[in-house]
Amino acid sequence: MESLEKEKIEAEASGTATVRREITLSTLRQAVLNGLDSSIKTEQFLLNMGPQHPSTHGVLRVLLDLDGERIKKAVPDLGYLHRGTEKIAEYRTYNQIIPLTDRLDYVSAMANNYAFVRAVEKLLQLKVPERAEYIRTIVAEMQRIVNHLFWLGTQALDIGAMSVFFYTFREREVLLDLFEKICGARLTTNYYRVGGVESDLTREVIDALYHFVDTFEPHIKEYNTLLETNRIWLARTKHIAVITGEDAVNFGLSGPTLRGSGVDYDLRKYEPYAAYDQIEWDVPVGQNGDIYDRYWIRVEEMRQSASMIRQCLDKLPEGPFMTEDHKVSFPPKGRVMHNMETLIHHFLLVVEGFRTPPGDTYCGTETPKGELGFYIVSDGSGKPYRMKIRAPSFISMGAFDHMSRGYMIADIVTIFGTYDIVMGECDR
Amino acid sequence: MHPVAESLHRRFPEVVTGSREALGDLTVYLRENGALEVFQALHDDPEFRYDYIVDVTSVDYPMDTDRFEVVYIFYSLSRRHRIMVKIRIPESHPVVDSIVSIWKGAEFMEREVYDMMGIQFRGHPDLRRILMPDDYDEGYPLRKDFPLVGKGWRDEFSFVPKYHENLPPLPKEAH
Repeated sequence: MESLEKEKIEAEASGTATVRREITLSTLRQAVLNGLDSSIKTEQFLLNMGPQHPSTHGVLRVLLDLDGERIKKAVPDLGYLHRGTEKIAEYRTYNQIIPLTDRLDYVSAMANNYAFVRAVEKLLQLKVPERAEYIRTIVAEMQRIVNHLFWLGTQALDIGAMSVFFYTFREREVLLDLFEKICGARLTTNYYRVGGVESDLTREVIDALYHFVDTFEPHIKEYNTLLETNRIWLARTKHIAVITGEDAVNFGLSGPTLRGSGVDYDLRKYEPYAAYDQIEWDVPVGQNGDIYDRYWIRVEEMRQSASMIRQCLDKLPEGPFMTEDHKVSFPPKGRVMHNMETLIHHFLLVVEGFRTPPGDTYCGTETPKGELGFYIVSDGSGKPYRMKIRAPSFISMGAFDHMSRGYMIADIVTIFGTYDIVMGECDR
Repeated sequence: MHPVAESLHRRFPEVVTGSREALGDLTVYLRENGALEVFQALHDDPEFRYDYIVDVTSVDYPMDTDRFEVVYIFYSLSRRHRIMVKIRIPESHPVVDSIVSIWKGAEFMEREVYDMMGIQFRGHPDLRRILMPDDYDEGYPLRKDFPLVGKGWRDEFSFVPKYHENLPPLPKEAH
């Protein structure tokens, strides 16, 4: 008792405690009055993120200019996966380029194959048999589901919701096994050909596909229950990385990234190709242009794709799956082995490739990530004079700085995820 | 003639040099000088309204006097129409006006054209290499005189035969 009283008296006498508080308050008041410039030292803080980071979906490096934890400026540094696909393509025949396109966006190889062969067909003004068009539509929509499942799993995983990943990969595996039955490969498929597809859909595949689309809807509900009730996931996706429709168009964004902002630009509707104008389907369009809306669009697109596959399977016409125009397609193997002219023809198609008329064309295709376009200049030979790939991931990265300004460092991971970016396609 | 091309011809007779319709695409050829005004009109005017930028790219024709061709592709969402705009520029002065002030998405596309073909964009906010390393000084990879093989760090090895050079004579056999 005595010692406590003694301390109290001593403190009062010296007045240390009160004096110290007064200094703090006055400093703060001064700081506020001076507009925070004289007393609190601020400095520019640069943070390097990547290229080796699990959430960058490959090798993407971003330089962040930070104000505390807020992003003032984000500068993407691309090119770690640059393989010069456009240059290599100038030295190859058109059929040899199809496998190169697999390696662009290795998550949706079929869609890339399709975009490329469509551009070459436009250059050749080639008509594709009806059955081939239906098969192409079916396989392209399968690829869309595969891609969106992959995106959904990894996007949730980036934020920390790990369980969705296992569920989406379960269904993805079913479709990849079907790809293996269709063309022999799971990821680098090399299935589409100029003038058709490489092989026909077998009865077994068709039955398995029917089974898949019939049982897919409950699975989508399952993913939704895992995410829509997850408050952390919702807080980290709603009102993050908002972009207005006008800005998104100005930046050239495409696919779900653009449609999340309320612009219904979908090449399958705007410039219908394959069987898209012969089946019933809708384009899901968002409102707020945030990460959540883009998630909703991708989930909705999976539903639409499943419905499209079912309709196409119902309508699948009989007939050839490859064009009969033997300027482009290989002659039947049986004739090659017995007929001299056919053998020479086959040989020339392999060695020199088919020739395209001189000219240039641009052809865009709606792939899961957006508008993948091929601009091909032909000089009349069997190889493209120049091939430019309009990669949606690359163009999305152009808007990255605009979309990430003002958000926190932790949001960077979700903003990467929302583009559905694949660096193989971005760097080419 | 396509109505868009006709209107452009009428309004910018000094800049628009020609137009072509092939394979369902409209192509308009411009002169470099004054092209920015045409681009502004293509974006803003309600009769064109090409608000969506698809791509900016370039093609190299080494035998021509105007060696490089810059290709712009735009799309009009309201009119559902695509247009290609082409500008030819000589190798001695490979410069065009940047369109970043009109379409923000052009920033990365123009950087790629600069990186791959060496074409400069006047007024670009940040014209640096984008896919190749910043300190890369071997030239511009998509030019036709840049070989696919035999250029780069492999050249430093004395035993690698050089591209475009005669192969070293084979050693004479012992017998």
